[in-house]
Amino acid sequence: MADILNLAASNLLSPVILSFVLGLGAALGRSDLTVPEAAAKAMSIYLLFAIGFKGGVAVSDNGLDGTLIATLVAGLVLSAVLPLIAFALLRVLTNLSRIDAAAVAGHYGSISIVTFVAASSVLEGRAISSEGYMVAVAAVMEAPAILSALWLVSAGGSGRGMDKELIREIMFNGSIVLLVGAFFIGAITGQDGLAKISNFIVAPFTGVLCLFLLDMGLVAGRGLREARGVLNFGAIAFGIAMPLVGSVAGLLAGLLVGLSPGGVALLMVLSASASYIAVPAAMRVALPEANPSVYLTLSLGVTFPFNLTIGIPLYVAVSQAITGG
Amino acid sequence: MQTHKAKRVVITIEAIMQRRLTDTIEAAGVTGYSILPVLGGSGRSGAWSRDGQISRAAGMVQVVCIIKPERLDGLLEAAFEVVDKHIGVVTISDVEVLRAERF
Repeated sequence: MADILNLAASNLLSPVILSFVLGLGAALGRSDLTVPEAAAKAMSIYLLFAIGFKGGVAVSDNGLDGTLIATLVAGLVLSAVLPLIAFALLRVLTNLSRIDAAAVAGHYGSISIVTFVAASSVLEGRAISSEGYMVAVAAVMEAPAILSALWLVSAGGSGRGMDKELIREIMFNGSIVLLVGAFFIGAITGQDGLAKISNFIVAPFTGVLCLFLLDMGLVAGRGLREARGVLNFGAIAFGIAMPLVGSVAGLLAGLLVGLSPGGVALLMVLSASASYIAVPAAMRVALPEANPSVYLTLSLGVTFPFNLTIGIPLYVAVSQAITGG
Repeated sequence: MQTHKAKRVVITIEAIMQRRLTDTIEAAGVTGYSILPVLGGSGRSGAWSRDGQISRAAGMVQVVCIIKPERLDGLLEAAFEVVDKHIGVVTISDVEVLRAERF
């Protein structure tokens, strides 16, 4: 246990995570520090392209193996099942209505790609390799949770469906298109393609990620400030307990499938993270009665900062300790 | 200068619902409208500001239509289908316009 904590503490001291902490502290201290919206958007496009591309190149280097399909299936199942666990936990810990609890649960089955990118960077910093196709696993884990959340509401008696437009919006949401598209470009062009653009997508990557996470820290800090008024103790406890539950589910799935230590850590991170872009947008359309300040504040103000500061270092340490990597 | 009576309908709605709203009102025959960004505000669902949003989809927009008075009911019925359960405000006011043939 002491080993895991020491390892977690050393994982915490990376420029990436400390930049996030800086943003978080600045927002909590009500500093006027801001990152322009357009700059943040440009950085997120860069990061998604780079991480997708590098994942694709890794697949072209190592080829595809049987664990790819098994991991994709594990990702789909985790995304669909985690909302059911989250929902049960919410009903015990909070007094949220069925619709609010289902909406929150949907967020916790889906993923935060920023958390995934930050975890990949921590792994790279510690020279722990992971399967390149984890990027594709992240992409497939985004949507099934939304269906589970809508099913939870329907099971309560009020029928819910998704119109075609909403399904299209979820499947073709900008981050998924960019991530998966860049993944295929990387897989097709391989090392030759990477050599041509590595000065742009490899060397500056960690620096850009630091600035991007500084901005995310500011956004999460503002969310955390709002949490005081919106969330009670039970809801905040859920926001911290659920990622731990999710990470254990990810750990078991990763071990079952036979992923590398880095791959197991990333599946833990994906299962622990909660969406705050794609799912809130889908919930606003499909479940307008659910209170957005509850699910957004929980996922962005509580779980996201928890995962970035304590979660990622802990998941990486646990994965290393258990897989011996 | 000759002026003509018209109705100005302003619908403040979540940005994510914008296309659904404009598609619906276009289907109801209202093809002229303007879309304005909303910087922030406060209401039943609490205060918010565009600065604090993680993506533009989380913000709000205003859809402004100026129409002939006799088309008001058709527009409101169409808009109500979309805005019914969503956060937002619908206001109607009397205005006067030049060049009535444009509305």
